[in-house]
Amino acid sequence: MEKLLEILQELHPDVDYDSCESLINDKILDSFDIITIITQINTEFDVAVPASEIIPENFNSAKALWALVERLLDD
Amino acid sequence: MSFVSFTFLAFLAAVFLLYYLIPKRFQWMLLLAASLVFYAFAGPTYLIYMAVTILSTWGAAYAMDRVWTRQDEYLKDNKELSREDKKAYKAAQKKKARLFLALCLILNLGILAVIKYTGFVLQNINNIFGTQIRILRFALPLGISFYMFQSLGYVIDVYRRKYPAEKNLAKCALFTSFFPQLIQGPISRFDYLSRTLYGQHDFDGRQFAFGFWRVLWGFFKKLVIADRLAPVVVTLTGKAENYPGVFVLGTILFYGLQIYGDFTGGIDITIGVAQMLGIKVTENFDRPFFSKNIAEYWRRWHITMGTWFKDYIFYPLSVSQGMIKLSKWSREKLGPQIGKRLPVYISTILVWLATGIWHGAAWHFIVWGLLNCVVILISQELAPLYRRFHERFAFSNTRAWDVFQVFRTFWLMGMIRVLDVYKDVPTTFKMLGTIFTTPNWGKLFDGSFLKLGISGADYLVVLFGTLVMFFVSLAKGKGDVREMLAEKPAVPRYICIWLLLAAVLVFGAYGIGYDAAQFIYNQF
Amino acid sequence: MKKKVFKIILLAAIVIATLGLLQALLVPKYIEENEEGVLAGEYYANAGSNDVLFVGDCEVYSNFSPITLWQEYGITSIIRGTPSQTIWQSYYMIEDTLRYETPKVVVYNVFSMQYDKPQSEAYNRLALDGMKWSKVKYNAIKASMTDEETVTSYVFPLLRFHSRWSELRGEDFKYMFRSLQLSHNGYVMRVDTKPVTELPQPVPRADYSFSETDWYWLNKMKDLCTAKGIKLVLIKSGSCYPHWFDEWDKQIVDYAEKNKLTYINFLQHQSETGIDYTKDTFDAGLHLNLSGAEKSSRWFGTFLKDMPGVTDRRDDKGLTNLWNAKIDFYEAMKASQYKQLEETGKVTSYR
Repeated sequence: MEKLLEILQELHPDVDYDSCESLINDKILDSFDIITIITQINTEFDVAVPASEIIPENFNSAKALWALVERLLDD
Repeated sequence: MSFVSFTFLAFLAAVFLLYYLIPKRFQWMLLLAASLVFYAFAGPTYLIYMAVTILSTWGAAYAMDRVWTRQDEYLKDNKELSREDKKAYKAAQKKKARLFLALCLILNLGILAVIKYTGFVLQNINNIFGTQIRILRFALPLGISFYMFQSLGYVIDVYRRKYPAEKNLAKCALFTSFFPQLIQGPISRFDYLSRTLYGQHDFDGRQFAFGFWRVLWGFFKKLVIADRLAPVVVTLTGKAENYPGVFVLGTILFYGLQIYGDFTGGIDITIGVAQMLGIKVTENFDRPFFSKNIAEYWRRWHITMGTWFKDYIFYPLSVSQGMIKLSKWSREKLGPQIGKRLPVYISTILVWLATGIWHGAAWHFIVWGLLNCVVILISQELAPLYRRFHERFAFSNTRAWDVFQVFRTFWLMGMIRVLDVYKDVPTTFKMLGTIFTTPNWGKLFDGSFLKLGISGADYLVVLFGTLVMFFVSLAKGKGDVREMLAEKPAVPRYICIWLLLAAVLVFGAYGIGYDAAQFIYNQF
Repeated sequence: MKKKVFKIILLAAIVIATLGLLQALLVPKYIEENEEGVLAGEYYANAGSNDVLFVGDCEVYSNFSPITLWQEYGITSIIRGTPSQTIWQSYYMIEDTLRYETPKVVVYNVFSMQYDKPQSEAYNRLALDGMKWSKVKYNAIKASMTDEETVTSYVFPLLRFHSRWSELRGEDFKYMFRSLQLSHNGYVMRVDTKPVTELPQPVPRADYSFSETDWYWLNKMKDLCTAKGIKLVLIKSGSCYPHWFDEWDKQIVDYAEKNKLTYINFLQHQSETGIDYTKDTFDAGLHLNLSGAEKSSRWFGTFLKDMPGVTDRRDDKGLTNLWNAKIDFYEAMKASQYKQLEETGKVTSYR
């Protein structure tokens, strides 16, 4: 989770990822950010996020994103 | 049949009447029949192309759905399997499903490629190698790019297990052929459209009225603004070299208004007609001309196309294994900055290339796509600079600065857009150059603009219509304009609608234009 | 429920009425320009007691004066001519007339036999818009339409004339609900003179035979007249330009002979009619002026008065009153035009 937060912080230092639940809906993350996050996750956790998982529900908060990573790790 | 024809209006009247008279469980079947009739009007042979798309997407989705169902059953029955075994089994199933998906994609995109791009490719081969291959041109079935992409999105979603397949072939056929969307989209998603498409709908006066108002509004934009400006754009771009400098600015402005009126107006008619049938179709525009930069513009203009390319090309491409590997490799060899950007950049360029090609088989579309891409990537690169700029200068956070950005985006986008209308790419660049070399501002005031095919009175109508559009757009920022209208007392509300109707009937550029000279009995 | 239905009906009525007003405003009035546009509609006020009906193009409405026929012979007649009227339009003018009266004689000017296609959308409007709605009008529209036209635009002329919004003038408001009378039972008067000086050399044609379409309509016209007991008379009116070819004339002569019809070519009776092309035309031979129209009517009347069923009706009190009013209007217009001619040297307004 810390590593994930680090990735996110690097992209948008000014966002409070602990509380924000609408990263996509409020257009904080754009498609470029999403791709960067996925590439980083791939490097850090060795987990491939398939395109089918790129839906707002998975990217709206750091928590949701972490849940996604865990689920994919588990799969 | 065109939206702007008596045939279409008569067709609509018949569909509405039957739709609310027949038993509700038959409503969707009526829509299917109506859609096929609508499409047959465009050309009966086109139905064959559509049938191929319908059958192949239905079949592929059906087959994949069976693979997924079996997988679920198998995994449920064999809970004791080890993680590795499960994984191996799943991979094998996925391979099966992928085969169906691939077959369907290849078949459909193959057809599209052959009929839409053969001529273009052969022409270029002839040009480059000096060969004399006879150029084959196929009649392009109406709306094929729209309905095909919509259907392929459905197949990919089923492959991705976003939702189960629709097993009923007739329902699949309706999804592909739903007539209000056929001509110019939106490119709907199955999960959204199917919620209301197959439902049973009682006549709902309010929804019907709202839909009707929206249709009327669409006709207003199309007939009063877009079609009235059409002759000017034709004149300005036909003999382009006669109209340099300030005229090019005219082209940018008028073509921008024309395409806005025509495209968003057409979509208003589509969504309005669907609403009159009780069906919800996705919005395709979100006041695009209020965008502050090009990337935002593309999130607000032709939204369903943008999201289609994003979901089905951009994301899969940029998170594909190859791209991830490339990213890792470049990170090690070329440094983290480039490594981070490479996949995004490659995917962006490819997506815009695809978007350009999707719009049509011509170089100007490809250049158009790439120009959009270049501007977006540059502004992406400049983003940190902007951020500092905003921190540094207070005025950049004012309303006036927003307005400036909107203005800038409109003209920048307009400059890219006129690639559509000038004869070819070099002409476009040459003409854009004349804005700076020979502006001839004087032409604005010496009546030259009155000689472009429409009169001063026409310009007044366009100006008035544009102002109405502008204020309606502003009001939209506060909510649904029709809701606001519905809350008004009956008399002003009906007067508004009547004025809109009368404006379309009187000021619409349709039919045979009146010219008193035609009536003068001068032959003998 | 009842209230709702009432509301909807009321709303629909208001919408239709207001759009109707809009339409009345936007359709051309043909008062100050393209005056011939009122001709087709003027028939209905003059229908009911006409023994002779003229159909055809400008060569009927410029070259014959029903007033003269009445004054000289007591013949009641009406002209239903419109600019460049085609033969199928002439046919439907006869059919339409039969809805109101059955004349004894129908006179058709054969000049339009040369056209087997609609000449222009505008002339269609001039011939058809003035007709009252009936099955006949519908058929006439169907027969006349050019490719760019639709029946809908005849039902709702607003759809055709909406773009006149930018050229609305005083007359469009003034004559929204009424029109001004222009013709004298279909005759369009011009008193001025522009003599024939030199006629352009006719351009020879590759093929002079009239098309199947025209023969079809002529036969239909003949059959309709026969069925109604009407005498059909074919004429070539006395305009000397555009050229009427001998090859055309022969086909009509043959047709008339074969079908036992009378055919009169006025161009061959110049000495009897007394038409003097240096005096009797207002546009160098295309159309006759008042004096020419009166001369040709006077001569044609000697033939018409002997047609079966045509009688001198001047002893009918009601008819005499009716025609006296027409004569007053005729004389007033004549005076007005002579006055214009005197003051300005030309006729600028019919009225």
